[in-house]
Amino acid sequence: MKQKRSPLAFLARIEGLPVFAVLVALYAVLLITATNVFTGYRIYMSFLQTIPPVLVCGLGLTLVITAGEIDLSFPAVVALSGFVFAWVFKNFNSPWAAWAGFILALAAGALVGYVNGLLVARIGVPSIMATLAAQFFWYGVTVLLANGLQLNIKEVIPNIVHTIFVGRIGGIVPCQAIWALVLAVFLWFILNRHKFGEEIMFIGDNAEVARVMGINVEATRIKLFTVHGMIAAFAGLLLTLEINVFFPTQGAGFLLPAMATVFIGGTSIAGGLGSIAGTFFGAYIIGSLEAGIVATTISGYWVQLIEGLVMGASVVLNVVISEGHGATFVNRVRGWVRPVRSPERER
Amino acid sequence: MSKKVKDLPSRAKKPSIKERPYMADAPLGHYALRMINIEKYFGLVCALKNINFEVGHNEIVGLIGDNGAGKSTMVKILTGVFPPTSGELYVAGQKVNLHTYNVKRAHAHGVETVYQDRSLGEKQVLWRNFFIGREITLPFGFLDVKKEKEIANEIMVNTIGFRGKGITVDSSVKLLSGGERQGVAIGRAMHFEADLIILDEPTAALSLKEVRKVINFVHKIKEGGKACIYISHDIQDVYEISDRFVIMDRGVIVASIVKKDITLKELDKFLLEYSHGMKDMAES
Repeated sequence: MKQKRSPLAFLARIEGLPVFAVLVALYAVLLITATNVFTGYRIYMSFLQTIPPVLVCGLGLTLVITAGEIDLSFPAVVALSGFVFAWVFKNFNSPWAAWAGFILALAAGALVGYVNGLLVARIGVPSIMATLAAQFFWYGVTVLLANGLQLNIKEVIPNIVHTIFVGRIGGIVPCQAIWALVLAVFLWFILNRHKFGEEIMFIGDNAEVARVMGINVEATRIKLFTVHGMIAAFAGLLLTLEINVFFPTQGAGFLLPAMATVFIGGTSIAGGLGSIAGTFFGAYIIGSLEAGIVATTISGYWVQLIEGLVMGASVVLNVVISEGHGATFVNRVRGWVRPVRSPERER
Repeated sequence: MSKKVKDLPSRAKKPSIKERPYMADAPLGHYALRMINIEKYFGLVCALKNINFEVGHNEIVGLIGDNGAGKSTMVKILTGVFPPTSGELYVAGQKVNLHTYNVKRAHAHGVETVYQDRSLGEKQVLWRNFFIGREITLPFGFLDVKKEKEIANEIMVNTIGFRGKGITVDSSVKLLSGGERQGVAIGRAMHFEADLIILDEPTAALSLKEVRKVINFVHKIKEGGKACIYISHDIQDVYEISDRFVIMDRGVIVASIVKKDITLKELDKFLLEYSHGMKDMAES
């Protein structure tokens, strides 16, 4: 059963390369079509400021999808963690209030994730349903606790927590971009070089195999959802700190972009394999598109159409370059362009 | 000879363990594995009833039975996937605490399993498959990838005998043929120095040539002084490699026959008659 290796197969070895190529191509096009904007540094700094929260959610989601599960509840966690932080910070007049809020916000995210994990692993609710319910429930909890109001926390700006997580390095580079990068590198090691990551991959590949090989599938799933809850809470913290305000609907728009970053990045919905590097570049593709398209001065009505095109192209490229598919694809395209004829007819 | 077969306990006769002649010459405690009065219920459904089963050191036992006979349930109890409802289990002469027994402990006791299709993660690379569930780790649970790859490579070249063909420890399992996959699974079991290797229908999805390879592996197990439980539908294969045959039906062990007491033809006939007998009973 030896498959013919595609000539592009060696490219598949470099994780995230196709997505990176799309990202480079995208910036090349933007540099040509919106030269003024994209030759200055400001647009890039603004991307580094706006993309990290979605990117962080996408990184956690990559692990969840690699395990063959899905988590739809992270937007609610983004809102909940922002609320917890803002409320603690506002209501406790202590120098440690910001840190306490930060840790409690992460704990709240972990709690949401843990409950998700219990529902999925112990009770056996399919994760798409469990986390959909969780999304509504925890979003509802947040709105109730906040009375539907936003919390302004301008006072956090001089705080050390603000400086560490969303300050500006050299007055220019947003810290959250560095944190997102650090998290990406860390999670890459967890997924590819750690026991936990290997367990995630085997469970996503085939939970029955994982079980008979001695992996505690239930415990690993619970751990995974808990970790993702914390990661989503961290995204919420970055967002709330950056804009100095908690608002109840924060994170509501994260669901589809975060999922898109994961799939553009080459992580398969079928589970078993995930690409942290792909998600990383994918997030910058998704995050740069809207502002980029607007900067080219074509009508804003084009934004979604072009976004869809770029996503489609990335996903196709991922399929083509993954092992063994390249040759088949090339043959198929040849077939379309010049239908294969039998030798008799050609004579 | 055929008389002997006829005398074998049938279901109607309610077989008793004491009546059975097998293993009479083996000294007590010299078992690789022993199950005493093992029962398993799934809710109210009785999957295994009054199972007394043993495997001697360096004995190859062919476990035969129709679908739903309880073979896989038995294997899962042996390998720690789930506990029995009641009964006792001895591995290598030691009594096993069934409350804490799990796959990891089974591995530690030297019980390894090769399944028809559940042994390997298909999308994963080979070196990961060798060490899944018992990774070689650095501090903080990070994997010692270099060492794992080295050992995996050694198993592939020396134990399994992969030569070239473009398959390395970095290849994913989906590129391997069915026989190669089973080779990997068996090679893994041998590397971890299993004293008892359980092969659960290892040849069900293989071509004839590949079945041959798997059978050669089983011969290696015997030569290596290890014990093996071989489960298969293919009576011919089972007959060739087994020292003893244990026949299961609907959750009970109905017969245990030493190879020298029966020819392949007789075994085949016995099984056929048995299944017909069951059919007659069901009709009447």
